Amino acid sequence: MTPLTKKRIDNFKANKRGLWSLWIFGILLFLSLFAEFIANDKPIYVQYDGKHYFPVIQTIAETEFGGIFETEADYKDSAVRDLITAKGFYIMPPIEYAHQFSLGTKVLAAPSGDHILGTDDMGRDVAARLIYGFRLSVLFGLALTIASSIIGIIAGSVQGYFGGKIDLFMQRFMEIWSSMPLLFILIILASIVDPTIFWLFFIMLLFSWMKLVDLVRAEFLRARNFDFVKAARALGVREHIIVFRHILPNALVSTFTFLPFILTGAVTVLAELDFLGFGLPSSYPSLGELALQGKNNLDAPWLGITAFVMLAFMLSLLIFIGEALRDAFDPRKVRL
Amino acid sequence: MSLLSIKNLSVNFGHTEAVRNASLDINKGEMVALVGESGSGKSVTALSILQLVSNAKQQGSIKFDGMELLDAKQKRLQNFRGNHVGMVFQEPMTSLNPLHTIGKQIAESINIHQRMSKKAVKLRIRELLEQVELDELKNRLKAYPHELSGGQRQRVMIAMAIANNPDLLIADEPTTAVDVIVAAKILKLLKKIQKELGMSILLITHDLTIVEKLSDSIYVMKDGEIVENGITSQIFKNPQHKYTQHLLSSKPKGRAVAATKSPPVVIRAEKMSVSFPIKGGFFGGQIGAVDAVKNISISVSEGKTIGIAGGSGSGKTTLGMGLLRLVKTTGQIGFMGTRIDEFSPARLREMRKKMQVVFQDPYASLNPRMTIRQIIEEGLRAHNMKADMAEILAEVGLSSDMADRYPHEFSGGQRQRIGIARALALKPKFILLDEPTSALDLSVQSQIIDLLKDLQKKHKISYIFISHDLRVMRAIAHDIAVMKNGEIIEFAETEKIFNNPQHEYTRKLIKAAFLKEVA
Repeated sequence: MTPLTKKRIDNFKANKRGLWSLWIFGILLFLSLFAEFIANDKPIYVQYDGKHYFPVIQTIAETEFGGIFETEADYKDSAVRDLITAKGFYIMPPIEYAHQFSLGTKVLAAPSGDHILGTDDMGRDVAARLIYGFRLSVLFGLALTIASSIIGIIAGSVQGYFGGKIDLFMQRFMEIWSSMPLLFILIILASIVDPTIFWLFFIMLLFSWMKLVDLVRAEFLRARNFDFVKAARALGVREHIIVFRHILPNALVSTFTFLPFILTGAVTVLAELDFLGFGLPSSYPSLGELALQGKNNLDAPWLGITAFVMLAFMLSLLIFIGEALRDAFDPRKVRL
Repeated sequence: MSLLSIKNLSVNFGHTEAVRNASLDINKGEMVALVGESGSGKSVTALSILQLVSNAKQQGSIKFDGMELLDAKQKRLQNFRGNHVGMVFQEPMTSLNPLHTIGKQIAESINIHQRMSKKAVKLRIRELLEQVELDELKNRLKAYPHELSGGQRQRVMIAMAIANNPDLLIADEPTTAVDVIVAAKILKLLKKIQKELGMSILLITHDLTIVEKLSDSIYVMKDGEIVENGITSQIFKNPQHKYTQHLLSSKPKGRAVAATKSPPVVIRAEKMSVSFPIKGGFFGGQIGAVDAVKNISISVSEGKTIGIAGGSGSGKTTLGMGLLRLVKTTGQIGFMGTRIDEFSPARLREMRKKMQVVFQDPYASLNPRMTIRQIIEEGLRAHNMKADMAEILAEVGLSSDMADRYPHEFSGGQRQRIGIARALALKPKFILLDEPTSALDLSVQSQIIDLLKDLQKKHKISYIFISHDLRVMRAIAHDIAVMKNGEIIEFAETEKIFNNPQHEYTRKLIKAAFLKEVA
């Protein structure tokens, strides 16, 4: 680790609010990755007749437990439960509902011991949807951030390094491209195809890659005149080595400070689209959709409040992390 | 009684002691110089007089005309600043607000402390501009800072600082950021103001020539402590403290290395020009050009040093970069018998190991992400060469255990040695030295010059030494070329230039370098 990196990490750690936010966010993300084990209508573990089963990751027919149907066992059914407890036991996850609709639940039930955050207007458990929704929006945001950063950094480097005509035409192209209205394109798209998450990802990527381009381009233009870049050129070092050894690491530093904010933006846009009804189909667990339900069912305040608290909490954490990162990479504060 | 009396002042920033137990007295009408290297605590001491240091713990006492400034109330300090003490900063580009006219900015400093009618303020501004010898601006009060040259801006700053007839003027390195000739004029102006207005001046500088010519008494600072003080002439004649002796003896001395008779030419440029295109229009086409270097012919022989002198913007550095083919040139350039101006990029890259460059700023020229070993090996790897790291480091006076450290662990002088080692590793025949000493403290400057001379003697390297500092150049260059507006206006042997300068501009440069007309 170079002393510069070490100094940056120390700077980041010095920002207590950012550090705490990172920890909380990391733990939440880690937990949500195992959402199936936290909120599910299947048991985590079943012991039946001396055999071990993990229904969360296996599909087990009801006949296995001595039932009648050859389809997958419905563990919410008391008949199935009785069958299992007769010759063994089962452990349910803390929240006994998945994010999908399940039979027999009440629609718009207020929070209670059974549904700690109540149910929505399709009878789905809100707590379960919250956990799955958090995972989906963070993973979606992360994937979008990484993909658009890679494209943006490559595009910015090409512009900044080659300059001239390539730079000029790409700049003009981006100006035109960025003025296309994302929302209308999505509305038109929604009437042609059924918007899956991959479609949505692809369309949003078409527009989000431009955020970093200007920054990387400017950093490249700046770095071309650094003395140590000139020195390397005078030493006879090949141009592509100069780019990867001297210029790119410098340009990347400033992009890091932007990443959390791009992530926040991606999460917000996804929630926005879902709220407006142009986003994911409602079978996906989504925070935006939860907010929309809150708006449509004002007599069920737990919907709106949950969506608001979750979004506000998540975005605040990301902003705090982003601020700490920005300070940690600030060239005026890490001067050695 | 003295006007300003600092007693046992200590200033701490967290765990670092910037100033330790410093005592300093300034009498009325006296010019006091505060001398020391960068980081010695000069500026902090000056700022603490105005109580402008933030986040610091201060101890001791600062009395101005009997009034204690340490722990004084904010309101009292505001009345005190500008009214009794004025300050001029180093950087004239950033110390004026670019959004306001100069008239407005000078008026502001008057209005804060004095109640005057608009008309009276205008009259006073004109008077001030006259005092700082800016007659050309008397009727251009609506000018914005960007319309002025660096020297003019510094004069406006001085006008603002003396607007309320302060008793003390603090000048923090007022000439470091401007051209030598402009610097000499500004110093002359400060001396005039001190005499005419009976003002005391605290002059902070690292330039001993300025101190010797201008100041009445002198305080020498090192590592936050004042190690010696006294009357200027006495200190210069008979310095007591070891550090002062070292400082005074570290003016660049000696003359250029004796060269063999009629040595072969290493690099020669014939009618070389460099012009930078001015781009504009819808498709960014070229609409004009700036000629930075015009039709210059110059040649350097083996083991010799050509000095290139001139003010900022004269095209010195561009000339050097053109010789190395690091910028586009027209005209012929011959290097060791072959014409390199026609070389393909690949052949040129191969040739680069024979011609190297050392940059001005040792902080910017080393990549902070790389160890010293990586920095020095970069060129070797590019040319598939091998060399003994310990030997290279020893040659520039560094020890081999430093190889795996990073640049920030070294001082400015050491970094410049690393820069020289990087160039030297490839065993070049020619090195371009682009102001290699001007970013360094005085006591280090002469060491670097001595090192460069030793290396030249040993390896018969040719140098082009670019500098605006004629005093340093005299110690290393065989011949000097004086540049102005992209042209060489005078070229002669070093001593001839100094003893019998032909061109008017050369005479001006020499006068400015030795501050001949100031005192």
